[in-house]
Amino acid sequence: MHEMSLCENIREIIEEQAKLDGFSHVNRVWLEVGPLSCVEPDALRFGFDVVMRGSVAQGASVEITSSPAKAHCLACQTTVQIQQRYDPCPTCGVGPMEIIQGDAFKISKLEVV
Amino acid sequence: MCGTCGCGEGQVHIDGKHHHSEAREIALERNIMAKNNGYADANRARFHANHTLALNLVSSPGSGKTELLVKTIAAVGTDTPCHVIEGDQQTSNDADRIRATGAPAVQINTGKGCHLDAHMVGHAVDDLAPEPGGILFIENVGNLVCPAGFDLGEAHKVVVLSVTEGEDKPLKYPDMFAAADLALINKADLLPYLDIDVDLMIANARRINPNINVIQISAKTGAGMPAWLAWIKAAQAALLPASAAE
Repeated sequence: MHEMSLCENIREIIEEQAKLDGFSHVNRVWLEVGPLSCVEPDALRFGFDVVMRGSVAQGASVEITSSPAKAHCLACQTTVQIQQRYDPCPTCGVGPMEIIQGDAFKISKLEVV
Repeated sequence: MCGTCGCGEGQVHIDGKHHHSEAREIALERNIMAKNNGYADANRARFHANHTLALNLVSSPGSGKTELLVKTIAAVGTDTPCHVIEGDQQTSNDADRIRATGAPAVQINTGKGCHLDAHMVGHAVDDLAPEPGGILFIENVGNLVCPAGFDLGEAHKVVVLSVTEGEDKPLKYPDMFAAADLALINKADLLPYLDIDVDLMIANARRINPNINVIQISAKTGAGMPAWLAWIKAAQAALLPASAAE
């Protein structure tokens, strides 16, 4: 359950940003959680509500976006979309595959007042 | 919180009426791991300046990390100073076992925490004050999930997988095998008594991480220990001299 400590990181970033930008409340938080990041979106949502209590993001809604994972096949040199780390190359079926996108974990934007 | 619209505290109130200031969007694009990564970079700079090889040992509980470390420290000998940071939820049992070898060790108890982070490790390095030119082994909390996502400033993650854990562990816990540079397949002395296909276990690890190095090892019998020590020596040699980064 490292999602709880990740939520604490999110809270710290939002609190810092509130001081910089002078907002007093966050309505919505957009998070990008790549399919290959070490983060489980459901566990993140669960932790989010609890951890944000008492902060400027108390009661904020969470939108989780996810860009598809992409990998480069070292055998046939194509770049393709994959679902999981161990997917074989859909083009040549051989692999091995090197991940080039899909492990992002960031706060994309905030809606604030 | 406003019962009408669900907005929070700090809204503008005029004449006792509730008004919303206009909502606006702020583009952040902030990496949530940035804070940990900042501490990890600071640790890495310290290791570099001190010419310390830092290895982050990760595995499930019971893979034999501590026993492997005890035997490794003895095999490395006294020419190269070894230091150990032990991470567990509770007890100082592991640090006690390491200290019995003569190597300085610091125990971090994470309480409910499931992993070490770079901030904890920074403080442990303060306490250890490793001698220059040595090896720092960081034995992470036994957990094949969470420690994969946290950079501690180490040169390499080394995943320890014992042969009793099954061929498909790399497929079940791919993040850890993707993050590691070396897999130590431990308790290899048990292979004659098990039905496990160790070649399949290794093939599964390489399916996740084509570049992962693999060494079959037994902390009990010492088989594979020379290959592991040679890997450590090569990793030490690959560290840039502290002056090269200036």
